[in-house]
Amino acid sequence: MDLNTDKMLASDPARKFSFNRTISNGDLVIVYERHDNMKAVTVSEGSVLQNRFGVFKHSEWLGKPFGSKIFSNKGGFVYLLAPTPELWTLVLSHRTQILYIADISFVVMYLEIVPGCLVLESGTGSGSLTTSLARAVAPTGHVYTFDFHEQRAGSARDDFERTGLSSLVTVGVRDIQGEGFPDEFTGSADAVFLDLPQPWLAIPSAAKMLKQDGTLCSFSPCIEQVQRSCEVLQISFTDIRTFEVLLRTYEVREEKLESTQRNGDGSNDSLPCKRRQCSDGGNVIRSPISSVMARPCGEARGHTGYLTFARLRCLI
Amino acid sequence: MRESNSNSNSGRVTWEGCSVLLDINDGDRLVFARLSPAAKLKIGNKNCSLQPLIGRAFGTVFQVDNAPEGPCLSPAQVNVNNAEEIGDGQGSHELRDKVNVNNVEEVRDGEVNVESRDNRALVDNNTAQSLTGEDIEAMRRQGARGNEIIEALIANSATFEKKTSFSQEKYRLKKQKKYAPKVLMRRPVARSICEAYFKKYPSKIGFLRVDTLSLLLSMANVSSSSDILVVDTVGGLLTGAVAERLGGTGFVCNSYFGQAPYSMDIVRIFNLSDEICKRILRSPISDLLLPKESSEQILQHDVCNVESQSNDETSASVSMVEISHTSENGISDIGTENTEPALEVRKAPKAGERAQKEVIDLWKENGFSSLIVAAPELDTWTLVKDLLPLLANSAPFAIYHQYLQPLATCMHNLQLGKMAIGLQISEPWLREYQVLPSRTHPCMQMSAFGGYILSGTKICSTANSIAPTE
Ligand SMILES: C[S@@+](CC[C@H](N)C(=O)[O-])C[C@H]1O[C@@H](n2cnc3c(N)ncnc32)[C@H](O)[C@@H]1O
Repeated sequence: MDLNTDKMLASDPARKFSFNRTISNGDLVIVYERHDNMKAVTVSEGSVLQNRFGVFKHSEWLGKPFGSKIFSNKGGFVYLLAPTPELWTLVLSHRTQILYIADISFVVMYLEIVPGCLVLESGTGSGSLTTSLARAVAPTGHVYTFDFHEQRAGSARDDFERTGLSSLVTVGVRDIQGEGFPDEFTGSADAVFLDLPQPWLAIPSAAKMLKQDGTLCSFSPCIEQVQRSCEVLQISFTDIRTFEVLLRTYEVREEKLESTQRNGDGSNDSLPCKRRQCSDGGNVIRSPISSVMARPCGEARGHTGYLTFARLRCLI
Repeated sequence: MRESNSNSNSGRVTWEGCSVLLDINDGDRLVFARLSPAAKLKIGNKNCSLQPLIGRAFGTVFQVDNAPEGPCLSPAQVNVNNAEEIGDGQGSHELRDKVNVNNVEEVRDGEVNVESRDNRALVDNNTAQSLTGEDIEAMRRQGARGNEIIEALIANSATFEKKTSFSQEKYRLKKQKKYAPKVLMRRPVARSICEAYFKKYPSKIGFLRVDTLSLLLSMANVSSSSDILVVDTVGGLLTGAVAERLGGTGFVCNSYFGQAPYSMDIVRIFNLSDEICKRILRSPISDLLLPKESSEQILQHDVCNVESQSNDETSASVSMVEISHTSENGISDIGTENTEPALEVRKAPKAGERAQKEVIDLWKENGFSSLIVAAPELDTWTLVKDLLPLLANSAPFAIYHQYLQPLATCMHNLQLGKMAIGLQISEPWLREYQVLPSRTHPCMQMSAFGGYILSGTKICSTANSIAPTE
């Protein structure tokens, strides 16, 4: 891979978000059509991007700033954005179920992950969470993530290469439920994250890996998994708490609403847009009132999983 | 003694001058304190020195013991049954395994969970307890520890045996809180500070819930080496949380309208290293908005102002602060009260220096990496309209508000002005669960509201895109 390309994190301060940062060959860009339609593209001079809006030549992107609107041969347009872990979660290829922004944000905060931390994770899955863990530990920490599925681990490794996180993440192939985390990490992890079918099998090993007062989180879709995990957690953890976190999104619209107020009585006619309407004409005309309104979107994710957090008990 | 660490996270053991969050009886009382040999905390009716907390691991639980010189905090045994075995084997895994073995049994017992008793025979007539307050005082004088008093209370309770195991547990807990209060020493980090304020004094942090704060940080892509523009009227919680994530790289620019910066008291509660504190700068928004050339004179003109500002409470070298609260009627309040320093302990690191011309110029040239606003008092749209042009192209932003309408208006105007894409208003929802064998259910109490966030990505301004007026 070209070392000189723009990646997700600014290891070189000169390459971070900037007015002057322009797109060059080999860069990873997020092609934005709509908020629910984005795609990751690695810029390669001879290539084209084709979608319902037409054909876009990569060569025309070079030298343009990130955040630019670019046009196709047919006059359709897309935006080219700089990748972030949030955008990456929306565009990555789903090889497994993944974690989304609400769970991810809460996990990073609740595990108290900050730059310099050593974090253990299993399974890697599609690397959606791993990407945010890497951002949180940068520039001096490290994420060691394990999946027993060799091909998945390989694809995740390729993705971290592509997003420029390779120096922060190491992917290992290992059966964490069967063998636990590698002994070399004993007592050295600041935080451990588990997204496994039978997390309770990995919890004793996680306890062994953690520093004192270190944090653990286990993500499970089913309450039975949580129940079993909590029983095992009692043994060496404290501050055991289970949460569910969801997001409700809102649509915003400007709507014209018809006023039902009687005209001509003039008494409590205080709406500004109505006044404007009637300023030149002598008679008040009944006119729609325009207002910006918000309401929750009709569909939402109703469940992702339960997040169980715990803290390694301090033995005095 | 561990002095301010270059990495805030390595501070897992307290030091003199270190800030701690003391969690008394599982959150009944939450106290932020700075450790010094002279610092004292009143627990129940006893005044305890915080000296024994220095040099201890975060996560340690303390109990109040009666020492000959008076009440004294000492590390509590983790588990009464295992206390003897544990000794001083700090972090020893063999010992931990031993503990495990014992507890596995307990868990299994719990699993059986067959309840043979119920409360049909219980009559609550206040005569069940034969120990009097005087008896208990007498025990105390003879040096009885809290746990011994609790055992005596149980032994002298006529009804304890008849209670269901669930109510027995409740009884024990109630007595423990009164006669053997537990003090858990927590690390003051974004999570614990936000939760403590949200629980005890939410108005001070604009009702910003911890999941909402966590979303602000990720939606604004807070990552090492970035320059984050912040408008924080939530006491400095946001500024501190961003600085913690930057870990001594990049900058947080805490910006403000007018002459006086907003309070950043909460920043001092974090144990931020000097390296991290240096990365927290303040700037009036007017300076940021000035064209690059003219800023020179203004900043020079303001030099004396800078001087006087370095005397404000945040950048002053506070020697000892105990942020405590009163807990009358069980309602606790986290407030700030500067106790008179008995000893000059250690200079608290400086945070919030006025941003100098060079760095402001750099921001103007490159743009900020992202913007986070948590300023419920300020008009969202006018604020965002002013600040968005200061962001680099493709930079994300996240705006918090307790009310939906200002964000809806702002979003609508950003759309009309074609200033940003990926615009979304989200409202986080957080529910906690009680997980117990055969008794798992959502917690009875929950926070019904954590605020709203408007997020999006700034796009390149095209010459002909005009922002709507208003
Ligand atoms: C749901 S995915 C994780 C998704 C991930 N959290 C993300 O956000 O992309 C679960 C992963 O765990 C892996 N896994 C299952 N059992 C495992 C085991 N015993 N050891 C290691 N990995 C395992 C699976 O191969 C799968 O990739």
